[in-house]
Amino acid sequence: MDDNVVLDHDDLRRTLVRIAHEIVEKTGDGGGIALVGIHTRGAVLGQRLHALVGEMSGTEVPLGDLDISFYRDDLERQPQGAPVVHDSHLDFDLEGRTVILVDDVLYTGRTIRAAIDALFDYGRPERVQLAVLVDRGHRELPIRPDYVGKNLPTAPGERVNVRLEETDGSDEVAIAPAETAVAGGEEEA
Amino acid sequence: MKHLLGIEGLRRPEVERILDRAESFAEVGKRDIKKVPTLRGRTIVNLFYESSTRTLSSFELAAKRLSADVVSVKAAGSSVDKGESLKDTISTLSAYDPAAIVIRAPHAGAAELVSHWTDASVINAGDGKHEHPTQALLDVYTLRRQIGELDGKRIWIVGDVLHSRVARSCLLAFRLMGAQVTLCGPPTLIPRGAESLGCEVTYDLEGLSSADVVYALRMQRERMSESFVPSLREYAARYQIDSRRLGPRQLLMHPGPVNRGVELAPEVIDSPQSLIATQVESGLVVRMAIIYELLAGTDRQRPERGPAPADTPTIGQPA
Repeated sequence: MDDNVVLDHDDLRRTLVRIAHEIVEKTGDGGGIALVGIHTRGAVLGQRLHALVGEMSGTEVPLGDLDISFYRDDLERQPQGAPVVHDSHLDFDLEGRTVILVDDVLYTGRTIRAAIDALFDYGRPERVQLAVLVDRGHRELPIRPDYVGKNLPTAPGERVNVRLEETDGSDEVAIAPAETAVAGGEEEA
Repeated sequence: MKHLLGIEGLRRPEVERILDRAESFAEVGKRDIKKVPTLRGRTIVNLFYESSTRTLSSFELAAKRLSADVVSVKAAGSSVDKGESLKDTISTLSAYDPAAIVIRAPHAGAAELVSHWTDASVINAGDGKHEHPTQALLDVYTLRRQIGELDGKRIWIVGDVLHSRVARSCLLAFRLMGAQVTLCGPPTLIPRGAESLGCEVTYDLEGLSSADVVYALRMQRERMSESFVPSLREYAARYQIDSRRLGPRQLLMHPGPVNRGVELAPEVIDSPQSLIATQVESGLVVRMAIIYELLAGTDRQRPERGPAPADTPTIGQPA
């Protein structure tokens, strides 16, 4: 594969540790926060951050995950027979909490908009923040991340591939050149 | 998949995908706000030429929970009363540019016909004695949640099979999912050659104890133009599922509405083995999943509408 690897296994681990530190630093002892990962890879990153934040702050932070496919504004443009994504799991009260959304790649911002919509159907958090592993630019909505693992300048046609052990068998972030990329790049909206 | 006209022709992975997605919608139903914005701005038309309580109400609610705008047209009180043909009604309703049309009609094949006359996705909500696919899918969903995969499970469908579109769709769906199906009823109410659909046929309830699931059908008095059974009392004596005939480990299903005291004895309807209320509950999420499945990926490039073939038959008008 002619992928250009930008974060390898160790980089990825260090990056997550740094994000976890920043979260604990910014939010105090972790009281009143909750981590919510966006399916599929955001949910995996959410689990990892959850473990790290728990270790650092010594408190168990509520963890949830969110499937936003029902909140997208492009159902008719999605491939037919797309596999079913998992259910959402948010088993705690959002009222008064600082919810930190976790996703792998921040691109157009549309996924995050959908996630915020979804979140508010569960309750009314006091504050919503955003943690992403990679910010690749090209925003189409006024959305900015609060915690960024890596800023990655990309061309619109390129594809950012985040691979995680739990879903893909290895940990890395790579950029694939334009010609192999599928227009739209729905994984990373 | 653009239309859902019947279980016939569906493949198992398609069914499984719809049922999996229904599970996701069940999660939505547990929230405080039981609505998602998936179909905002889309229109869904329910066109019902026959009476219905649960099918119509669950389709309406399913569309609303997906944030679609929904219009329900019932034959009684509409222009159909004034003699408008099905085709004309469809072109009238197509003016609203619906994303989907849900149709129930007394004529077999009506949904299929409609699918040729409109750009919308067509969902068959029951066409005469032919099929009722959404009922069968919600029944498979209900059972799968209760007992897991249906492979090797024995299901008896008991009663008026001849007039029942539910029986036909359920038979096909249960078989598709790997179950063994037995049809049971008076010989006059079992279609000849039913064995060719890959099921067993029996004319008495002996052997019912071998079933994991007993699926009772409604005696469809409105479709019976001649006497198929000597009397409902005699039918009940031989075929009614009651607490004597239903074993403690067997599950009971019925598509509703139930004729209490005819095909089912009152005590089994309200027993814990009865899944009848669960079936209604499943109807909502399964219909949400079906609408989602049909509308996903249908990018709204509207094909030019050509003239209909000259020999297209029209329902509601003499040929």
